[in-house]
Amino acid sequence: MQFGVFSVGDVTMDPTTGRTPTEHERVKAMVTIALKAEEVGLDVFATGEHHNPPFVPSSPTTMLGYIAARTERLVLSTATTLITTNDPVKIAEDFAMLQHLADGRVDLMLGRGNTGPVYPWFGQDIRQGIPLAVENYALLHKLWREDVVDWEGRFRTPLQGFTSTPRPLDGVPPFVWHGSIRSPEIAEQAAYYGDGFFANNIFWPKEHFVRLISLYRQRYAHYGHGTPEQAIVGLGGQVFMRKNSQDAVREFRPYFDNAPVYGHGPSLEDFMAETPLTVGSPQQVIDRTLTFREHFGNYQRQLFLMDHAGLPLKTVLEQLDILGEEVVPVLRREFAKDRPAQVPDAPTHASLTAAATAAAATETSTTV
Amino acid sequence: MKLVAVSAGLSEPSSTRLLADRLLEATRRHLETDDGQEPVEVRVVELRDLAVDVANAFVTGFPGARLRAAIEAVTAADGLVAVTPVFTASYSGLFKSFFDVVEPDALAGKPVLIAATGGTARHSLALEHAMRPLFAYLRAVVAPTAVYAASEDWGGGRDAFTDGLGERIGRAAGELAALVSGRPRQATDKAGDKAGDKAADKAVGAVGEVEEVVPFEQQLAALRP
Repeated sequence: MQFGVFSVGDVTMDPTTGRTPTEHERVKAMVTIALKAEEVGLDVFATGEHHNPPFVPSSPTTMLGYIAARTERLVLSTATTLITTNDPVKIAEDFAMLQHLADGRVDLMLGRGNTGPVYPWFGQDIRQGIPLAVENYALLHKLWREDVVDWEGRFRTPLQGFTSTPRPLDGVPPFVWHGSIRSPEIAEQAAYYGDGFFANNIFWPKEHFVRLISLYRQRYAHYGHGTPEQAIVGLGGQVFMRKNSQDAVREFRPYFDNAPVYGHGPSLEDFMAETPLTVGSPQQVIDRTLTFREHFGNYQRQLFLMDHAGLPLKTVLEQLDILGEEVVPVLRREFAKDRPAQVPDAPTHASLTAAATAAAATETSTTV
Repeated sequence: MKLVAVSAGLSEPSSTRLLADRLLEATRRHLETDDGQEPVEVRVVELRDLAVDVANAFVTGFPGARLRAAIEAVTAADGLVAVTPVFTASYSGLFKSFFDVVEPDALAGKPVLIAATGGTARHSLALEHAMRPLFAYLRAVVAPTAVYAASEDWGGGRDAFTDGLGERIGRAAGELAALVSGRPRQATDKAGDKAGDKAADKAVGAVGEVEEVVPFEQQLAALRP
């Protein structure tokens, strides 16, 4: 199982000091967080993509390319890459390039984006969100798998004899996760292609995501990719830890109360009861995270949101130390227990390359 | 059979709640006379008690447990009585906010009786100019008679031009009862849904009651130029 962090990349005032970092500081902080993630033994760093203030990560492959050069082991990913408003041709090119630079340590998570004006800013119509996600991904999928593409669709200039370069590393495209907060169509899309499905699992009660993931698992099996239990599931999570849970609550409360997404609303306690947010001791975080498997089944990737709502970099790095030293080793051990052998790990470039080689060998032997 | 009233009254006791109770009771009497056997279950959702939950639902994007239960009661009702005080020439903000967090298609086809209270009869057309369009937008079936109770109505009878409050309540309740009787009962196995959810909660990787989905080939085919 993979563990990692994902960042929204918000530039938010620290409510305890009144200080707002500059964009430059925030961009550099995201890089520092990614390097720290590798240092403390996490597996994945994923960045969001936004095209409006107060968010900085508009250019994820630029950032991930830089991080790739400064890490050895970390898988670089996104949360999410906008499949609706980015040109699928540019996504194919950018991520293939990143894949070569990072020697395969790349996957990506596709999402539609929920910021209304981004659609018209990029020449699209938000009412076409689902059709855009469907068509653009169909093209992206083809561009990574066919050397020469003739293509015509509804939303983009047709392509005649187009080759997206560089070709994916070792002929194996980056693994794709589809992220969705509400749409069963996206769970269906992920299932159809045998791709991963990521449930943000942060802001809403879990029952909602249980339904989406059940659908995805069922349809994954329907399309012949394996059993429902073998479908590739990722989950978000949100935690804040101190040795004593009272200290964690006291320190995190002003950040929670003023958080851009849910601040000035319910109490921290109510929100913790209704959503997977856990503020407390490392043991409480371990216990809560282990319940995810009971609700969603054995899964492949757990990403935590650690660096939002104006938390200072120093605090975030302390959180990553706790996560890497005290929480994730226990989670790895506990999640490995009673995990059926047929439940796969999250696909990596190595595993996908091995599978492709094996498939090619089978094909050769049957044709001979 | 389930009748639910949504009351947006703020004071305690509230004339809005009083009107809601009288409308519910009158509708229940009609239904039990019409139907004979099927007992009518009535419930009042007091929005005052949910005011903070409604505000939190706006902030967080999802309704908390208490508000979810109220929304489920409203959407599962066979007939709905909606009563608001008139504030600033329209329904109260809390009343509107509650219906803003109900899914837009959840009330489609539902028989609804609309009613309002106010200090003066001069606001009575707020029912026709604000409340009725709101429920028309939600594609509910609104009874022709809307009941407005001004302060003076609680102590007055009919006059030469209009029926008294009692008669209007009776007429509106009869209309709602007729609409409710004329339509198939709301499926009562919401409990079944919940059991499905629970099963999915518990069973690892289980496939319980899941969302409906358009098969992917159809989604793709719809986009072929």
